[in-house]
Amino acid sequence: MGSTLFDMEQSETAWCPGCGNFVIWKVLKEILAESGREPQEVVIVSGIGQAAKMPHYVKCHTFNGLHGRALPAATGIKVANPGMLVLAESGDGDMYGEGGNHFVHTIRRNPDITNIVHNNMVYGLTKGQASPTSTRGFHTPVQVDGVLSEPFNPIAVAISLNASFVARASTVDQPALKTILQQAIRHPGYALVDVLHPCVSFNKVNTAQWFRQNTYALEDDHDPGDRVEAFRRAIETERLPLGVFYVNPSKPVFERSLPAYQQSDAPLASRRIEMSRLAEFVRDSFR
Amino acid sequence: MAPESMDVSIVLCGPAGQGVQTAEQLMVAIFRQAGLNVFATKEYMSRVRGGSNSTTIRISPGRVRALVDRMDIFVPLDRDAYQHCSTRISQDTIILGEKETFPPDKDDLPGRFQVIPLSRLAKDAGGAIYTNTVVVGVVAALCGIDEAVARSHVQDAFQKRDQKIVDNNLSAIALGYEAGARLPHKLPFTAGEAGESDTTDDVILNGGEAVALGAIAGGCRFISSYPMTPSTPVLTFLAKHGTAFDLVAEQAEDEIAAINMALGAWYAGARSMVSTSGGGFALMVEGLSLAAMLETPVVIHLAQRPGPATGLPTRTEQGELLFALHAGHGEFPRAIFTPGTLEDAFHLTQKAFNLADRYQVPVFILSDQYFIDSYYNLPPFDLARAENTDSIIQTAADYKRYAFTEDGVSPRGIPGHGEGLVVVDSDEHDEEGHITEDHDVRTRMVQKRLKKLDALTREALPPEWIGPPDAETLVVCWGSTVHLVTEAIAKTKGGKHAVLYFKQVYPLHPGAADLLSKAKRLCIVENNATGQFAQIIQSQLQIDIPVKILKYNGLPFTVEELVHRLDEAAG
Repeated sequence: MGSTLFDMEQSETAWCPGCGNFVIWKVLKEILAESGREPQEVVIVSGIGQAAKMPHYVKCHTFNGLHGRALPAATGIKVANPGMLVLAESGDGDMYGEGGNHFVHTIRRNPDITNIVHNNMVYGLTKGQASPTSTRGFHTPVQVDGVLSEPFNPIAVAISLNASFVARASTVDQPALKTILQQAIRHPGYALVDVLHPCVSFNKVNTAQWFRQNTYALEDDHDPGDRVEAFRRAIETERLPLGVFYVNPSKPVFERSLPAYQQSDAPLASRRIEMSRLAEFVRDSFR
Repeated sequence: MAPESMDVSIVLCGPAGQGVQTAEQLMVAIFRQAGLNVFATKEYMSRVRGGSNSTTIRISPGRVRALVDRMDIFVPLDRDAYQHCSTRISQDTIILGEKETFPPDKDDLPGRFQVIPLSRLAKDAGGAIYTNTVVVGVVAALCGIDEAVARSHVQDAFQKRDQKIVDNNLSAIALGYEAGARLPHKLPFTAGEAGESDTTDDVILNGGEAVALGAIAGGCRFISSYPMTPSTPVLTFLAKHGTAFDLVAEQAEDEIAAINMALGAWYAGARSMVSTSGGGFALMVEGLSLAAMLETPVVIHLAQRPGPATGLPTRTEQGELLFALHAGHGEFPRAIFTPGTLEDAFHLTQKAFNLADRYQVPVFILSDQYFIDSYYNLPPFDLARAENTDSIIQTAADYKRYAFTEDGVSPRGIPGHGEGLVVVDSDEHDEEGHITEDHDVRTRMVQKRLKKLDALTREALPPEWIGPPDAETLVVCWGSTVHLVTEAIAKTKGGKHAVLYFKQVYPLHPGAADLLSKAKRLCIVENNATGQFAQIIQSQLQIDIPVKILKYNGLPFTVEELVHRLDEAAG
C-alpha cells in the first residue's frame, strides 16, 4: 500500500484479512491525497459497524457517532462549516437500516456530503445476521429459514428521491471504484456511492467471485442525466450494473441555500452576536 | 368585580379557529398602551377547529405575573365556552355575550349576565368574522380605555391588510365600544393610574420568546428540531427572526436527526440547540448519551407536557424532571435549569450555551406549556449581564481532543481552526479520540467525564428566597410555579410563608441544604403527581419535605387554589 498524506502512523485495523474494507480504505486515501485537500480540511463521519471504523484508520478529522446517525451529524457539520470536505461512511445496516429515515431525508435536503456505503449484504460486527440488502432466502443465525423480505434497493430509492448523484461500485473493480469516488467527492451536493464488497467471514453467498459474475459496468453511452433510464437500470436485479447511474447537477445545495450563507461564506463558528443589535430588536419588537 | 382586588381578570373563550388569540393580542396591546400591567395565558385543546379554548388576561396598575381562577369579565363566544369556564364564575363575574350563549336558567345562576348582540354588531361592521374585534371594543369600554387608544391599535394590527378590512375592524371597535360604554360596571382603578413602577419602557413577551431570545444572546447559531407542542414556538421564533442573527433553523425529519445535527454543528464550532417535549426528548436520549461521550456540548430546551406517551398534548405538567435528570445510557454529568420568570428564561438560556461550551456537557432548559404560553410585561433584559465566553482553542499539530486535565475538561478544538485533527468517538476512546478497550484508559476516561460535575456544582445557581427571612413555612418550588406561589403566600392566612425558588435543580447549589433547614416547616409545590423535585432533594440532601402540594390534571395551579391548599396544609 503506497504511503499517502492520509496514512496513519500505525496501520493495524479490526478488519478480517480479505475484507473489502481494505480496498475502499486504500482507494479512499488515494483519492483524498489526489484531491489536493489537507487532512485538516476533511471530516469523515461514521456510525457503528466494521465499516464505520474507517475514519480511525485515515488521517483526518473524525466524528464516529451513533449507529445509523452519521448523515444528520454530517449535515450539522456542513451547516457549521461548509468549507470542510465531509464524507459520511458506514455499512449497509447502518445507512439503510438503522439510519433509513436519515438516508431519505438527507437526499431530499442535499447537503454537500459524499455518502460511501460499504454494502456487503450482511451484518459483520454482530456476526452474520441479515442486512437490509441481503438477498431473499439468505440463511443466517436469525433468519434461520432464509430472509423473507425483499432486499432494499438504495440506488432505485435514491433516484426516485431525485438524489443529486447516485452510483454503485464494487471492490472487485478497483479502478472503477476510484473513478467513481473521485467524481463523488467533486460533486457539489449529496453523492451516494454504494460499494458492493465481500464479507469473507459471514457472507458465503455474495463472495468476490459472485460479485465478478453478477455485476457489469454501465455502458459508456449511459446518460446519467436521464432519470427514467437511470431508474430502469437501477431495478435490474439479474446482474447488477456498476457506475454512475444518475446525476442532477441543478439541485440546490442545502447549506449554500441557507440565508446565513447568502451574504458571507464565513463558517457559523466564526460569527459573533452583537448584543446592541439584540437589544434594539427586543426594544422594537416587543413593546 | 371583586371590590378587594386591585386587578381585573378577563376571560375570553370560544372554539378553536374563531380568533380568540387575535382578540387576546389586540386586548393585550391596548391595555399596555393604556399604561396597565398585563399578564395573559391560554389553555387550548389539541385540535385546529372547534372545542373550547380560553385565554385569561389580568390587568392591574401593579405587576401581575400569575394565573387566577377568578373571572371579573367573562366573554363566552358560544354555549360550550360558557360551560367550559362555568366553574370559575362567581356572583361578581360580569358575563358578556349573546342571549343564546347563556343558559336558560341564568337568572338562578351566579354571575351578572349582560346581553350584547355580538353577531348583529359584527354583521353591521362587515360580517361574523369581526365578532372578536367587537368583543375587544366592548371590553375596552368596560375597562375605561380611551377609544382612540383602541382604534389606533386596530389600525396597527391590520395595517398590512386591505383598507376594507381595516375599516370594518374600526367599525367593529366603535360598535363594541358603544355597547360597552353603556354597561353600568367600571374598573376598580383608572387605566393609566400610576402603578408601583413605571412600565413605559417595558417589553411584553412570553416564555417561548424569552427562551428563544436567550438562545440568540447565547450565540446560538443553529437550531434543529421536530415540531412538538409546547416546544415549537422556540423553533418558529428562531426560524422567523434567527436569520438577522446568523442563526440557521432546520426542521429535522425526527428528533433523532435533530440532536445528531446539533451535535455535528457543535463539533464543527457552531453553538446549537434542540427544542422538544417529552416524547421527542425520548427519541433524543441516545443522542444525549452521545453528547456526553463525545464531550460535545449541547443545549436542550425541554418544554414539558403531561405524559406518558402522547398524554395531553396541549396541556401543562412538570413531569419530566426525573426523566431529564436520569435520561441516557451510561454515567455522565449534566446541568438542568428551570426558569420560572421570563428574566430567568432569557438569562439562563444564554448561560446554558456558555456552560455547555465551557464544560462540554449537555445543559437543559426545562419549561412547560404554562410557561411557554404565558406572557407579561417586564423591563427590557439587561444585556450587560449577558456576556459570552468562548472556550474553543486553536489546535496544534499534536492536538489530543481528550487530553487528561485536572478538572476533566480537555481544551476543545474544532475542524478547520488550527493544525490539529479533531477525533471524537462514541466508543470509549483514548486521549486522541481513537477507539480503545484498555481498561485503565476506560477508568480514567470515566473519572474525567464525571469530574466535570465538581465544576458544575461550583457554578450552580443558588435557590432564591422570596419573602420574609423569618418565615415559619418555606414553600419550595421550581420552574413555572414561582409567580403563582409567590402571589399565593402573600394571601395565605396560616402564618408567615416564604418561597424557595429553584431555577437550577441539578446539580444543586451547595448552600441549598442550609436554606432548606432555615424554616420550621417545609412544603413543596409541584405540577406533577409524584413530587419529583422532592425526591431529588431527598436523595441529594437527605431532607424530607413532608407536605407536597401536587397537581396533575393537565392544568397549571391558580393563585386561589394555592392559597387554599397552603392554608389547608397549615391546618
